Amino acid sequence: MIRIEHIYKSFGEKTVLEDITSAFYRGKTNLIIGRSGAGKTVLLKIMVGLLRPDRGRIYYDDVDFLSLGRSALRKLRMQIGMLFQGGALFDSWTVEENIRFPLDMFTSMTMGEKRRRVQEVLEKVELDDVLHKYPSELSGGMQKRVAIARAIVMNPRYLFCDEPNSGLDPKTALIIDQLISEITRKYNITTVINTHDMNSVMQIGDTILLLQGGRIAWQGTKDEILHSKDETILNFIFASPFLKGLRERALRCEE
Amino acid sequence: MRSKDIDGDGWEERHLMQKISTFVAMNIARIIEHFFFQLGQWCQWMWMLASRPEKWSVYYREAVRQADAIGIGSLPVVFIISVFFGAVTAVQFSYQISGTFVPNYYIGYIVRDMSIIELAPTFTCMLLAGKVGANIATEIGGMRQKEIIDAMEVMGINTVAFLVWPRLVAALLVIPMLVVISAGVSIVGGFYTSIWGNLFTASEYILGLHSFFEPYNVFIMLVKAVVFAFLLTTISAYQGYFVGTGSIELGRASTRAVVFSDVAILIADYVIAVIMT
Repeated sequence: MIRIEHIYKSFGEKTVLEDITSAFYRGKTNLIIGRSGAGKTVLLKIMVGLLRPDRGRIYYDDVDFLSLGRSALRKLRMQIGMLFQGGALFDSWTVEENIRFPLDMFTSMTMGEKRRRVQEVLEKVELDDVLHKYPSELSGGMQKRVAIARAIVMNPRYLFCDEPNSGLDPKTALIIDQLISEITRKYNITTVINTHDMNSVMQIGDTILLLQGGRIAWQGTKDEILHSKDETILNFIFASPFLKGLRERALRCEE
Repeated sequence: MRSKDIDGDGWEERHLMQKISTFVAMNIARIIEHFFFQLGQWCQWMWMLASRPEKWSVYYREAVRQADAIGIGSLPVVFIISVFFGAVTAVQFSYQISGTFVPNYYIGYIVRDMSIIELAPTFTCMLLAGKVGANIATEIGGMRQKEIIDAMEVMGINTVAFLVWPRLVAALLVIPMLVVISAGVSIVGGFYTSIWGNLFTASEYILGLHSFFEPYNVFIMLVKAVVFAFLLTTISAYQGYFVGTGSIELGRASTRAVVFSDVAILIADYVIAVIMT
């Protein structure tokens, strides 16, 4: 579990995050949603240590992340996997080299063991025959899968995904969502996903945190959204009349 | 305002001068502030570079890859320009000494020493700043923009060390070799001018090559090559590492890498010349 407490962040005069307190649970897909510029990416970057908050605390299973020393921080980072919006794969390396990279850097495994591990994670993300291909030879969806494979190759306890569906067609986006959700449950990972894809929210969101103007506007579970009377979350999730109609129909069916 | 000008007390001129001096002072202050900010950032960045690499084997593999890109990739262009260094120097010196009492064999001597002390290290490294430096800045800048550097930081990798050490080691090994090749090719270029241009004889040129040879000059050449390789690699990597967002910023970083590397090489060239000669 990851807990964040009273996180504040400003860039110059502009306050980006204000008093953010929340928890992200193990074995669940925890979603951070909000409009563009709401502070989602900044919050995610603060949680993985790419940015330092002005104030606040972050706990990884009761370990105070922000006060860790260099070697302890390095050990903790080895338990973190992150999937970036664009995949963040090395263009000049093959798929195998990209996935093997964390193993090369942090383990003393033999080349044979590393290759087996790479093959294992590629099977997990349902990719084959891509080992010796370069990222530019793969489709967007396949690149995302390779990035997921690299993120989970070290068996992380925490997985962060920044807009995993951006630039993907709805079908591939659904496959990627399901893949992340399956990995989360199967390997009991604490997964935090930053998204503004409402399909993802309804499909895989176990807990949802809505940010608006750098503040928490709403937080709860997917089921709570459906029955919520809170206009803020309803206007965000069911922004179009079509989706509003679908929700009303779903509620009527339940009754 | 008009009435004051008509009065002829020079108010408008004084006002304009005041505006210009304020503008100049503000810009100088901004440039100084920017310079010290960059210097501080560069020092911090170099400190991160000084830390111990996580895994030597990975760094070694990357260094070999970079050495191949810098060395083999730059060899043809270094070869071509070096031939012309020597040829042009020979032709121009021949023109300058024509009609004087300076013997023709001095052409070989001048081409050799010019190539070794100045042309091969300085011009080759300035050329490499354009080729290799721009490439390093664009490659690292691209990694920054595509969040590859962020991805490595999340993994707990010292990104400065990982991105710069292999390139630096490769440059420090390969660039002096390219400079030595450049000096040799330049001297050969001068020699062929004697055959094609009919300005002096081959034997005169070879006699010049054998005259007044100072092995210390070769040492100066190697020192210059190492210093310039360090400068062009670190400056270019620094520009790429702190690139802004968007393709325009990437282009600017690449341009800054070349310009700053060239200026630094010329300043270092002067300092080395003063210290070592």
